Amino acid sequence: MKSNPSKSTGSIVNLPKCPTGIKGLDEITGGGLPRGRPTLICGGAGCGKTLLAAEFLVRGAAQFNEPGVLVTFEETEAELKANVSSLGFDLAGLVKRKKIIIDFVHIERSEAQETGDFDLEGLFVRLNYAIDSIGAKRVVLDTLEVLFASIPNETILRAELRRLFRWLKDKGVTAVITAEKGRESLTRNGLEEYVSDCVILLDHRVNDQIATRHLRVVKYRGALHGTNEFPFLIGDDGVSVIPITSLALNHKASGGRIETGIPRLDAMLGGRGFFRGSSILLTGTSGTGKTIIASNFAHAAAKRGERVLFFSFEESPNQIIRNMRSIGLKLEPLVKKDLLRFHSARPTLYGLEMHLATMFREIDEFRPDVVVIDPITSLMDSGTESECKGMVTRLIDYLKAGQITSLFTSLTQGGAALAQSESAMSSLMDAWILLQDFEGNGERNRVLYVLKARGMAHSNQIREFLISDRGIDVVDAYIGPSGVLTGSARAAQGALEKAAVLASQQEAAQLKREVDRKQKALERTIADMRSDYETEATELRRIAEQVGTRTSVLGTERAASGLLRQADLKVPAHVRGNGKVNL
Amino acid sequence: MKAKPPKARKPAQALFQLRLYVTDENPRSRAAFDNLKSICEANIKGRYRITIIDLLKHPKLAKGDQILAVPTVVRRLPNPMRRIIGTLSDTAKVLVGLDLRPAKEARL
Repeated sequence: MKSNPSKSTGSIVNLPKCPTGIKGLDEITGGGLPRGRPTLICGGAGCGKTLLAAEFLVRGAAQFNEPGVLVTFEETEAELKANVSSLGFDLAGLVKRKKIIIDFVHIERSEAQETGDFDLEGLFVRLNYAIDSIGAKRVVLDTLEVLFASIPNETILRAELRRLFRWLKDKGVTAVITAEKGRESLTRNGLEEYVSDCVILLDHRVNDQIATRHLRVVKYRGALHGTNEFPFLIGDDGVSVIPITSLALNHKASGGRIETGIPRLDAMLGGRGFFRGSSILLTGTSGTGKTIIASNFAHAAAKRGERVLFFSFEESPNQIIRNMRSIGLKLEPLVKKDLLRFHSARPTLYGLEMHLATMFREIDEFRPDVVVIDPITSLMDSGTESECKGMVTRLIDYLKAGQITSLFTSLTQGGAALAQSESAMSSLMDAWILLQDFEGNGERNRVLYVLKARGMAHSNQIREFLISDRGIDVVDAYIGPSGVLTGSARAAQGALEKAAVLASQQEAAQLKREVDRKQKALERTIADMRSDYETEATELRRIAEQVGTRTSVLGTERAASGLLRQADLKVPAHVRGNGKVNL
Repeated sequence: MKAKPPKARKPAQALFQLRLYVTDENPRSRAAFDNLKSICEANIKGRYRITIIDLLKHPKLAKGDQILAVPTVVRRLPNPMRRIIGTLSDTAKVLVGLDLRPAKEARL
């Protein structure tokens, strides 16, 4: 004991709890009802008091090995067995195995004339006998208030009830007492004054023609408890209370990635797609291709062998399969392999809570890796804004706790500010892809961009995506000075650019030819000039030779004539020169 | 207090079978028995039988006759079943409640 003092003080502070086994209720009450003390469950007609009490008993006997006694004042044993068996409780079997005793207490007022003093020791004896015969740890009294109608003397009755609750505590059983809701007080006959440890109030309200049950822990002496009103529902497997939010934000964050099935979109998300276990929002106006992208995502995941659960609130499974076939997505084989499961329901079929519970149950059963909800906005219409936000929060919490990647599509009303209309949800989402229409040039084109993607580098580009019979193709949208161009405008712009390139190529070739030509002309001129020069040079040489010859001839002739006239010779000076003749 | 042997001397046409449920022997149980006995003696003498059941000894029996309050007197016979709770201090109420009419009056 001394080795861990903190633990021992902890157990002193905390009241011992008696787990109910009812989904959610143990979370709200921090472990269950106060052990060994009476708990009052009150509420109006048809809000599920008896069922909650019965489930407490059945689960106690079946799951926690705590036998129980059910004292019923209103329904007979057979009625009760039949009623709870419709909710999947094998009450009859538990009775047979002596895990539960049902004691039907019935008194008609006409039978109960009163003369003189009496007490309710008979009830105590019956209860005591029943508890002792199976070693019961839990007791349900449903509904004690009937006594007020059948026991004529209220003074004695009240004294006896006080004694009864004292006695139940002394007996050490965890008791649940149901009571009808009163006009001004919690219960019609003020039973709450006797039960001071734990009071749970049930309520069944109708909002917009859709009924929702609520549960609230009004009082829980000596323990922390959720004080809010929690929606609960009665399904095929009994009561489940869904706390609005899990108590702490402590989901594991996965570093793994999950591809979208559209390579270009993966590329926009850091090249590897979304984070596994993250929540993804896909918003867009109608006809922007939300379902197609969602289906692509589902298809890609199922193809990889992951389990995908597709909640559709607008289209039937067959319709989706048919429509996706038109873009080359074959979903049917995946459905047959049980890798892809559709769950279609009309949003107005039941209230938000029921939807949520149904989804939880489906998810529990199918154990998917990926959940697609198409579209979440359909569900939003069946509740108020805060209810919806609460619901989405719980759903995301639930999915994240299970490391399930979730894709929500959301329909934006035309004309509404895109980012604003989703404010309720967007903060809960890890990634947000926005699909948008661009109108212009007499056509409508689809673009997408990543509005946010927590924890990863992502493209800031607007991309156009094309839907063809081969599926989705994401292409670059043309972004120029005149804005974003898509569709034929993008194609036209492309052609324009191509033409411009061609033109400039031609221009360059033209210029080249011109230069070539000029070069050739230049070369020709050079050649001409050279030939001119050579001609002249040749001429010059010829003249020079002629001159030389003539001079020598002249000299010879002079000498000859001098010889003839016997003149003296002046040759040497003439020869020493440069060949030129000085006359 | 032990369960009393049958008080009937000669079984007449309508035998009143009465069960008195009590817990333990206490003044209240005693008072109820005394009152019941004197009323019966005065009104249906010789045509009644009282069985006293101590629920502490036979807790199982409480369920059969739907006993909550003690003391409770249950008229098992003749049909229909009647019951009355308390110490039976009000004779008139007991007579009405258990429908214990004297034989002569009943014949009239």
